[in-house]
Amino acid sequence: MTSPYILQMSDISKSFPGVKALQNVKLDVKKGEVHALMGENGAGKSTLMKILIGIYTADTGSVVFDGEKLSISNVSEALDKGISMIHQELNPVPEMTVAENIFLGREPTYGKTGIVNQKQLIRNTKELFERLNITTINPKAKMIDLTVAKMQLVEIAKAVSFDSKLIIMDEPTSAITDKEVAHLFDIIRSLQKKDVGIIYITHKMEELKQIANTLTVFRDGQYVGTDSIDNMSRERLIEMMVGRELSHAFDKEHAARHEVALEVKNLTKEGKFYDVNFHVRKGEVLGIAGLMGSGRSEILETIFGVMQADAGDIEVNGQKKKMRTPKDAINAGIGLLTEDRKLTGCFLPLSVRDNMIMVNINKYTKNGIINQKRIEDDCEDQKKKMNIKTPNMDQLISNLSGGNQQKVLIGRWLLHNPDILFLDEPTRGIDIGAKSEIYNLIFELAKQGKAIIIVSSEMPEVIGLSDRIVVMSEGYQTGELDRSDATQEAIMELATRGELIKRKTS
Amino acid sequence: MSNLSTVTNNTSDAGLHKESKAAVLFKKYGMLIILIALIALMTALEPNFINSNNIINIVRQMAVIGIVAIGVTFVIITSGIDLSSGSVIALTSVIVATFAQEGTYPLIVAVLAAVAVGAATGVFNGFLIAKGNIAPFIVTLGMMTAARGLALLFSGGRPIGGLSDSFQFLGQGMILGIPVPIIIFAIIGIVSYVLLNKTKFGKYVYAIGGNEQAAMIAGVNVTKVKILVYSYAGLLSGLAGMILTARIASGQPTAGTMYELDAIAAAVIGGTSLTGGIGTIGGTVIGALIIGVMNNGLDLMNVSSYWQQILKGVIITVAVYIDARKHKKK
Repeated sequence: MTSPYILQMSDISKSFPGVKALQNVKLDVKKGEVHALMGENGAGKSTLMKILIGIYTADTGSVVFDGEKLSISNVSEALDKGISMIHQELNPVPEMTVAENIFLGREPTYGKTGIVNQKQLIRNTKELFERLNITTINPKAKMIDLTVAKMQLVEIAKAVSFDSKLIIMDEPTSAITDKEVAHLFDIIRSLQKKDVGIIYITHKMEELKQIANTLTVFRDGQYVGTDSIDNMSRERLIEMMVGRELSHAFDKEHAARHEVALEVKNLTKEGKFYDVNFHVRKGEVLGIAGLMGSGRSEILETIFGVMQADAGDIEVNGQKKKMRTPKDAINAGIGLLTEDRKLTGCFLPLSVRDNMIMVNINKYTKNGIINQKRIEDDCEDQKKKMNIKTPNMDQLISNLSGGNQQKVLIGRWLLHNPDILFLDEPTRGIDIGAKSEIYNLIFELAKQGKAIIIVSSEMPEVIGLSDRIVVMSEGYQTGELDRSDATQEAIMELATRGELIKRKTS
Repeated sequence: MSNLSTVTNNTSDAGLHKESKAAVLFKKYGMLIILIALIALMTALEPNFINSNNIINIVRQMAVIGIVAIGVTFVIITSGIDLSSGSVIALTSVIVATFAQEGTYPLIVAVLAAVAVGAATGVFNGFLIAKGNIAPFIVTLGMMTAARGLALLFSGGRPIGGLSDSFQFLGQGMILGIPVPIIIFAIIGIVSYVLLNKTKFGKYVYAIGGNEQAAMIAGVNVTKVKILVYSYAGLLSGLAGMILTARIASGQPTAGTMYELDAIAAAVIGGTSLTGGIGTIGGTVIGALIIGVMNNGLDLMNVSSYWQQILKGVIITVAVYIDARKHKKK
């Protein structure tokens, strides 16, 4: 009798510079089983999957696939062995047809001529669609003309078309409707009958009971546990996912009740978030919690004028404000530390000095000419205050570590001295030392009377820093918690409630 | 201060000191060293090269390209491109020539016309790029074709002669023994250096090229700065066209052909990065001089112009290769 397992990954570790992404994790998937893989953002799910399909190479550990030791170095090798993956982000070639996309790189040809047999291509696609009971998509349609949901179905069909023994599905239902979810589940069940193993990554707990047999939970790059889905209650699962001890870095006094600095009323951005209401007081830290895609960052960006609200009001110090550009928001006394340091924060080719002064150049300009001396003094001042490690201000910011880059960007806003500061993932990807320094800085700023809004995927961070927490789920505001009531379990409960609201409203 | 952050710092410091002093020096002054080496080589092969008349001749010849290249440097730092400079030179040339006829307008009118024509084409480019969100390559390619057509249309395809002596002085005259084009080149170089390094505008130019999204979030009016950058590049092309017209003493609808490519080459050889955010005025001036020294030296040595083009192509490619390697290291 052969092994019941299609995949056995054991003792897998993977480090990136400064981060241990995975530490001795394991994952065993049986033939014909749907194995759910869960964990918060950054728990290491994607890294493990990328190791499995050959995008990354593991530092340690072994992978046994279908009874043989697997060592692959690229995606096409993985496909040859019988592992395919449906990615969360779709990568179609938009100007090509559905059939061409599905059989890209393995088109049927007339003998060895290299000329594509179009008829055969369409026929193969039709057969595939019949097998999967997909009736609403024309194989000759261009990808660009399909809805996102249909593209997702094509992507699923493509993964199935490899006749793989193991299919990885990374949040396959994030873009499709209930009807299509039911269809997907039918497909999955028929695959199960053929002994295909499925690794199913999702944030949606509702789906687990419907489709999964077994569940493995990762947390902070570590293996937490595996169990049958029937033994798994929602409460136990949440505890497994977030059950970290609270960091003792947060010794915070409760904020005094000052006047409201910023208030949003019924703020709506179609497709991103709906009917959001909250306020933040001077001296207060407001947290916005939620999973990825819950609309957290978009709320900040909308208030800051990066995108325009479709409805609702923004009031700063009691006065209604229109934010057409970030400049409007800056003039109203708001600063935004963006979520992605490299993409929207740093000017990578420029010096630490130029990075720091960019919001605030006007202050140093007299008769059109910049006063270098005053810049030097102010930058040195920030360097000292925040303990920024850089040999000098001429150093390129790209040579600094992530934590120090982040401090430079915070310094950029502090030089401008806004009354209201938005911090989106202020400690993402930085080391523990820099983290606690940034926490202390946040408390210090609040004490000075600044109103602060924090968005973070790390729950202990949101809980530790915030006086109050607004929880978002799939674009809806599902609740607000006071510091005294805020536990990871309570937040997770609210953060996964959006589906229910969505179903009610649609 | 925690131990962890100290460790991180030390490693990043160590990374900085890994390079030898020579490497750092070469990174900073590499193109200047190459320029000097090139001059030494040319002198060794052809002793006439180093005489002062020849050197002044090189700089005078390069003044036109150098001025255009300075404008193009601003554009490339914002990670844009300007292909229209050569045609704008031609358009300016024929229009300026009509305002510089002997015994018509005072000199200042011709100068203002050059500035106005150049700046107008730049505003047009900048507006389409920044407001219309059209790729700079396409917009300036269109302008390159259209401005050349306008120049031919305006002049009927013929050169326009009969320029006043005072106007010709701008291209042929000397002040204190220094040719006027060199003086204008130097003034533009200094003004541009101040603009790029000492003003808010200059910082914004680097910021947009370094990270346009981040610049927007830092409150930079990206649209306005981009329009100003293309306008300034156009303006400098206009001035270059004026000097060229005065030097050759006629308005030429075919003037400046391919100058845009020499200007881009000068900027790139001088270390301006096509990915944006990196570049200096000094580097571009050196880049322009390298091209000038090559052209002149190879001419003196009677190297065929075919070979000259091949060599120029090789040098540009090598310069970009060095630039790409510099970035890859990070």
